[in-house]
Amino acid sequence: MRRIQVLLCSGTACQSSGSERVKRALLDALTAHDLLPEVQLVDTGCMGPCELGPVLLVYPEGTFYVKVQPDDAAEIVIEHFLKGRPLRRLLWAEGAPQPHEIPFFARQRKLVLRNCGTIDPEKIEEYIASGGYEALGRAVTSMTPTEVVAAISRSGLRGRGGAGFPTGTKWELVRVAAGVPKYVVCNADEGDPGAFMDRAILEGDPHSILEGMAIAGYAVGASRGYVYIRAEYPLAIQRLEVALAQARKLGVLGQRIFETDFSFDIELRMGAGAFVCGEETALIASIEGRRGEPRPRPPYPATSGLWGKPTLINNVETYANVRHILLDGPEAFASVGTEKSKGTKVFALAGKVRNTGLVEVPMGITLRELVFDIGGGVPTGREFKAVQIGGPSGGCLPSSLLDVPVDYDSLSQHGAIMGSGGVIILDDATCMVNMARFFLQFTADESCGKCVPCRVGTQMMLAILDRIVAGEGKEEDLQRLREIGEMMKNASLCGLGQTAPNPVLSTLRYFPAEYEAHIRDRSCPAGVCPNLVRYRIDPDACRGCDACRRACPTGAAQGTAGAPPYQIVDERCIRCGACFDACPFDAVRKEPR
Amino acid sequence: MNKEQTAKDAIVARHPRSPEALLSLLHDLQTANARNHLTADDLTLAASHVGVPLSVVRDAATFYSMFSLVPRGQHIIRLCESPNCHLAGAWSALDELRRLLGVEVGETTADGLFTLELTSCLGACGVAPVMMIDDEVVGNLTPERVRGALARYRRGR
Repeated sequence: MRRIQVLLCSGTACQSSGSERVKRALLDALTAHDLLPEVQLVDTGCMGPCELGPVLLVYPEGTFYVKVQPDDAAEIVIEHFLKGRPLRRLLWAEGAPQPHEIPFFARQRKLVLRNCGTIDPEKIEEYIASGGYEALGRAVTSMTPTEVVAAISRSGLRGRGGAGFPTGTKWELVRVAAGVPKYVVCNADEGDPGAFMDRAILEGDPHSILEGMAIAGYAVGASRGYVYIRAEYPLAIQRLEVALAQARKLGVLGQRIFETDFSFDIELRMGAGAFVCGEETALIASIEGRRGEPRPRPPYPATSGLWGKPTLINNVETYANVRHILLDGPEAFASVGTEKSKGTKVFALAGKVRNTGLVEVPMGITLRELVFDIGGGVPTGREFKAVQIGGPSGGCLPSSLLDVPVDYDSLSQHGAIMGSGGVIILDDATCMVNMARFFLQFTADESCGKCVPCRVGTQMMLAILDRIVAGEGKEEDLQRLREIGEMMKNASLCGLGQTAPNPVLSTLRYFPAEYEAHIRDRSCPAGVCPNLVRYRIDPDACRGCDACRRACPTGAAQGTAGAPPYQIVDERCIRCGACFDACPFDAVRKEPR
Repeated sequence: MNKEQTAKDAIVARHPRSPEALLSLLHDLQTANARNHLTADDLTLAASHVGVPLSVVRDAATFYSMFSLVPRGQHIIRLCESPNCHLAGAWSALDELRRLLGVEVGETTADGLFTLELTSCLGACGVAPVMMIDDEVVGNLTPERVRGALARYRRGR
């Protein structure tokens, strides 16, 4: 037993911030002080607060260090490991050394992320020590498939991929479906802009997905599973491969699992950069080696999926919940959450919020708690404006709806969706029209082109929005946007097209004045859209340094060096922003016209 | 040429002769190509190995954004253009990339080292703005971090 354990986050975000260099520096410092026998370094999955990376957690007392640099390693070793006092300057906040004292962690309820950040994802022994594969063992040795499905149904678990279909119902449909063989598929083609919870689970606790899939295989009568994962996640792919090899070696995957007649194995399939493949029928086409284009449903994959056989498709976070339902019991699972949305949900907080990163909360928590109590609100100097929830399929909700509970039904009632759980916080410097245009640009790019409502509808809406942000919008454009949007919702083939208008429709609903300002006043109230802003020099802040005049390509910025203030002649200005970037005194102001 | 053919044969032999192997096979053939693309020969080879018409292979190869039928650089730079990275200032990183590489999006540098591409969300929004250079995620991009990363790859990582 070592005296001290150091958990070092090695998720993608912390790796990108240099966690590997920190680890090497720590090892060097430990070696120099001859502490290697006493201190154990453990690589873990994502701990959550990605922006503060690299982060590490020191046990037994549980001190949480943020933004650790390689240069800090020696001081941590000397001050903390040798002298026994935490290094105050690397704590998240003064006087709050431990996670449970930090609001970001204290308000969370970790179920599917329980192992993320606490175990080494590349060691099956650590997963087993946390109760891993016990649920699978219990299922195959002491439960019938019907009992497993009944437990999932009783738990009230709903699909975490976005649509929220009752998971137990889906399992039952596949279980009773005629046709063999049957397949179990994990949708790990996470692609919603702003969503990264599946990546964190795959990187931080890959065995929980394999175990969930194996339990599903037993319940529905499948002996083969596929994880369809996007190629953009190389670290997750590598950790899944390690986990698969370990699980096979130990016999929790493969032939005669737990010495029963149940056999189950899993293969990985990589995507190749197509957002639409997150749609289940497109995903199936892609696994089969074809273009990832969706097809009309029914038949649903439950009756006719991979190679026309009954196929169960759930997303990563859904499978990660499964083992907890069997271990703790469906009633315990259902005791968390709201009447119709049970359990927890992982959200990815990003955008204009103090604490970006990954959080897991009970369903039914309000947006206000999520954004302000956990996220820490908008950084100083700016005002909260809206929260975009559910990615390009979701909607923007204004501050008046901050007390809406976060559950499937409440969100969709207000024009957003739970989606995969991407939450983007927007401040008052964000132009809602521009934001909506941005999302639509994304869905227009990613539309596979098979059905007309989506292929043409996204282009038509985008053309209108392009006009509006350029200051050439017409009064009738707003009605037109609503009409095309409704048509796409009703007529598109798959979820991509059916939900693509949501960002536009929800901003039209909650921020109509911004659209009207763009169209009627040719003005962008947030001062974002280049054609609709005006640059002005604040005479009190200008020092006459001449930087703006030298940067200006059109001679619009005028003045004499050393004789402030300078001026910008609006008629000559092409709104390139060069003066704004060049001014060392922040004297150039960007204002609505 | 013969050596290249042997290498390709070895790649092909790792994949089952079944249509479901097509995407993995195309990934591997593209990775093995020094210019990061699929040649006409590769497509023919893949078609005959997995047992589908050439048209089906072309269909797939042109659908997925990660496959290229034209030669690209040794390293592929993919800058995320999704909203989180946009809000966090991906465009100043893009300007720096364009300036340092001397190419526009979709183009390859004259020395054949880099191709500059845009991508949708890379799922690393906690450290936005983000780009990937091959398999490495480079986050919290500033013009300075962009310069550092490119210099590292120019030195051979």
